[in-house]
Amino acid sequence: MIPPAFEYARPADVDEAVRALADAGEEAKVLAGGQSLLPLLRLRLAFPELVVDVGRIAELRGVREDGDSLVIGAMTTHHDVIRDPLVRRHAGLLAAATATVADPAVRHRGTLGGSLAHADPAGDLPAVVLAMDGELVAQGPAGRRTIPARQFFVDYLQSALEPDELLVEVRLPKTDGWGFHYEKFHRVAQAWAIVGVAALVRRDNGRVAEARVGLTNMGTTPLRATATEEALAGAGDADAVARAAESAAVATQPSRDTSASPEYRAHLARVLAKRAVLAAAGMG
Amino acid sequence: MTRVSVKVDGTNYEDEVEPRLLLIHYLRDRLGLTGTPVGCDTSNCGACTVDLDGESVKSCSVLAVQADGGEVTTVQGLAGEDGEWTGLQRAFHERHALQCGYCTPGMIMAARDLLRDNPTPTSDEVRHALEGNLCRCTGYQNIVRAVLAASGQEVGT
Ligand SMILES: Cc1cc2nc3c(=O)[nH]c(=O)nc-3n(C[C@H](O)[C@H](O)[C@H](O)COP(=O)(O)OP(=O)(O)OC[C@H]3O[C@@H](n4cnc5c(N)ncnc54)[C@H](O)[C@@H]3O)c2cc1C
Ligand code: FES
Ligand code: FES
Repeated sequence: MIPPAFEYARPADVDEAVRALADAGEEAKVLAGGQSLLPLLRLRLAFPELVVDVGRIAELRGVREDGDSLVIGAMTTHHDVIRDPLVRRHAGLLAAATATVADPAVRHRGTLGGSLAHADPAGDLPAVVLAMDGELVAQGPAGRRTIPARQFFVDYLQSALEPDELLVEVRLPKTDGWGFHYEKFHRVAQAWAIVGVAALVRRDNGRVAEARVGLTNMGTTPLRATATEEALAGAGDADAVARAAESAAVATQPSRDTSASPEYRAHLARVLAKRAVLAAAGMG
Repeated sequence: MTRVSVKVDGTNYEDEVEPRLLLIHYLRDRLGLTGTPVGCDTSNCGACTVDLDGESVKSCSVLAVQADGGEVTTVQGLAGEDGEWTGLQRAFHERHALQCGYCTPGMIMAARDLLRDNPTPTSDEVRHALEGNLCRCTGYQNIVRAVLAASGQEVGT
């Protein structure tokens, strides 16, 4: 279908983009890669008066190191994230999960920032950034603020960003030395996760010293499987990991849709958590 | 209206377009390049795949204004001046990689994107590279074989 009519702005830098958003109030939408927004416009599920295309803002793209963190520009495409040597070295979980997103053509356009700002609990990257204890940096008329991932995802398709704020970068603590794995269950290739599990494991003397587990599509926001994380501390073999994974669905509220019932999603979370942690711990 | 200047299949165009105009509609309805079809409303089928600045994109999911200053290649821009097909196009023809042909422009553009990066892919890599392109006729086997054959690899029949 043909999208509804809108005004179009293509700011050259972040300040200009924020001014355009502030002037337009609630009626503006940021256009990043467009791989979620354009399908919504085509289906006439969104009616912005102004579309602010941030695709030409060079400062929003690219990856750099900042001490113990990796800083990824919001407009860095999925394709560039997967190939970036710094991401592969210091944030392997993000590279691995991004490779499962959509298909090559969508990955050429879609961006890390767009995936997070969209706040779809079925998206793969929100749970990954949550598991990595990432921080999101937003710029608004009053300047910049840093939002921990735990506070960023507010509800279904709703982030903590104000309408006049632009997500500018994502900060991820480096996970050098951690094992990682993203386990995604989907019905067909190029489909969204029915459930996904992101696992990070730090081992010490053959045992799990610390584990972080993020859940995709187990509620209206991405979640941490806190009970499983706690039960994993000290796990020394596959049986102990399997026992810890039994609590992966505790305190989740998975939805019902044409792909799965809440009970089936809870089952998947347990099975996928076991697989993901075993793989991340190198015990698989 | 917004002014756009784009190079498509080697020709430069300057146009005034509505910002909401999708690149696929610009190509088909304004430039008459109907070799690239539209197959869905959900960005899933990949029939509309073209190259934008050297990368495959779904042209139903890009605005014409986003292509401003860029270079687009459609399936119609692949053949040589004399109309001679590329090896990939020939392989699709020879290996019966199409039945109704609706998915073919997108399949060829997506396969071309893969071979640019990875000149001798495995059959698995071909399947992954084409995961955003749906074919309702062939069952994909001959499409995969055609891409492998175009890469110069031995394939059975
Ligand atoms: C066929 C298909 C399959 C897909 N499969 C998957 C999948 O398996 N897993 C997955 O995770 N995703 C999937 N996606 C979504 C894809 O990852 C998108 O790239 C992503 O959801 C949005 O990124 P974008 O850059 O395209 O954002 P856009 O579509 O441009 O924007 C999305 C939303 O975020 C807002 N926004 C974007 N950037 C900013 C910013 N910097 N600051 C403030 N707000 C911003 C926009 O206003 C809009 O509301 C799929 C998409 C398609 C079309
Ligand atoms: S028309 Fe189906 S993906 Fe573009
Ligand atoms: S040949 Fe008919 S859809 Fe592929």
